[in-house]
Amino acid sequence: MTTNAQTAEQPIAIRVSGLLKSFGSHEVLKGVSLCAREGDVVAIIGGSGSGKSTMLRCVNFLETPSGGDIEIGGEKVEMHADGSPSNRRQIERLRQSLGMVFQNFNLWTHKTVLENLIEVPVHVLKCPKDEAIDRARKLLKRVGLAEKEGAYPAFMSGGQQQRAAIARALCMNPKAMLFDEPTSALDPELVGEVLQVIKGLADEGRTMILVTHEMKFAREVASHVIYLHNGVIEEEGPPEALFGAPKSERLKQFLKTVG
Amino acid sequence: MMMSIGAVAAASTLDLLAYSPPGWGATLLKGLLNSIVIALGAYGLGLLIGIGGAFGKLYGGPVLKDLLAVYTTIVRAVPELVLILILFYAFTGVLNEALLAWGFDRVQISPIVTGIAVLGIVQGAYQTEVLRGGILAVPSGQIEAARAMGMSRGLLARRITLPLMASNALPGMANLWLNATKDTALLAVIGFSELTQATKQAASTTKAFFTFFAAAMVLYLCISLLSTFLIGRIEKWARRGQRDMRG
Repeated sequence: MTTNAQTAEQPIAIRVSGLLKSFGSHEVLKGVSLCAREGDVVAIIGGSGSGKSTMLRCVNFLETPSGGDIEIGGEKVEMHADGSPSNRRQIERLRQSLGMVFQNFNLWTHKTVLENLIEVPVHVLKCPKDEAIDRARKLLKRVGLAEKEGAYPAFMSGGQQQRAAIARALCMNPKAMLFDEPTSALDPELVGEVLQVIKGLADEGRTMILVTHEMKFAREVASHVIYLHNGVIEEEGPPEALFGAPKSERLKQFLKTVG
Repeated sequence: MMMSIGAVAAASTLDLLAYSPPGWGATLLKGLLNSIVIALGAYGLGLLIGIGGAFGKLYGGPVLKDLLAVYTTIVRAVPELVLILILFYAFTGVLNEALLAWGFDRVQISPIVTGIAVLGIVQGAYQTEVLRGGILAVPSGQIEAARAMGMSRGLLARRITLPLMASNALPGMANLWLNATKDTALLAVIGFSELTQATKQAASTTKAFFTFFAAAMVLYLCISLLSTFLIGRIEKWARRGQRDMRG
């Protein structure tokens, strides 16, 4: 598997091998693999129904795989033969090291922005409250929401909610970030502000896996791109190669349709 | 002449309602207190059963789900009055049979405990369904976000699901609380001296039926008005962070 030259010597943050996933008789993932070293930005692209979101959601077991291996921070996830996790505590612990950002933000609506950010640090990671609040305020400042800490999510724009959701994920000090189509639910004029925040994270060397429809953005930030089609990796490689000189017919076609 | 009869009647009505004998005020207030204690106890017990029942019905194993389905179906199908009679005699009867079988003496269970247990079991069945509906209405993404961040199931239920469900369940839960306060009156059939029983006793002794039942009605109304006020406050708190949908 190819990785970015600068990070080739880095330890592996996330490794997925031979991942299978079926919903009933419908096979969504037919043995896909991925390897993200620390500092890598892996972008997963593909048409609707290609299995890209499912692949990402299997990494932190929001979807239960039907087979394959997953390794996070060098630790292999304990699975039954059918792919379901066998150690719930391990899953919970590993999830704490992965910051997930969803398409629909999924901020907790009964909590203010600040409360959203400190919820997991304080109640799950047992970090002192003052310290968590300090960190949360710094992160909110960073994503441009310093003045929104007391606001409830329902009273914010989509772009603001997504930036708050990114800050919430960062507040756990995750080892890697997972983005599941973070701009797909946003009005076009709000996409930019969110992409800018994500780009900032990539620039500071954060490990991330990003499922996206934003081809230009993927090309700009990714160190490695995976093109999924019908649950199979059709083509992968560095962004310049994939976007500049696609080999497979399907990818060529796909890039043409998405512009 | 007419006026003096009126004045006497008014005076005697007040005398009848006076706190100390020969007035029956103390009896009524004691009945009221019993009613409130029973309602609070039954509602609290119902809440414990309801939360457990709702989570059990949604996330429990097949056996637990079936048992809960039997419980809520039967309790909600049978008139409460009948249930109270059945549970009252069954509860004390079965307990005493068991005690005798194990070589202990019969016990007399305090009527308050029986009343709370019986009404609590009824409340639990209805609350299970109201709370289950409330949980189902919680947006799944918010639960998923908590799972994705590594929250344990218990913490997720306590910190995310229950508070989010509260605003969905509150109107139904408020109805059940008002039912609980009024259902205490059904305990009069097993001779428990809650407000209705106390009123009956006062009324039949003095023959001043209208006076005492009107007084009881005012007392029930007071509970209801106070409850409505408090529920309004709780609902406002539970709906924090939500936009007003009325436009």
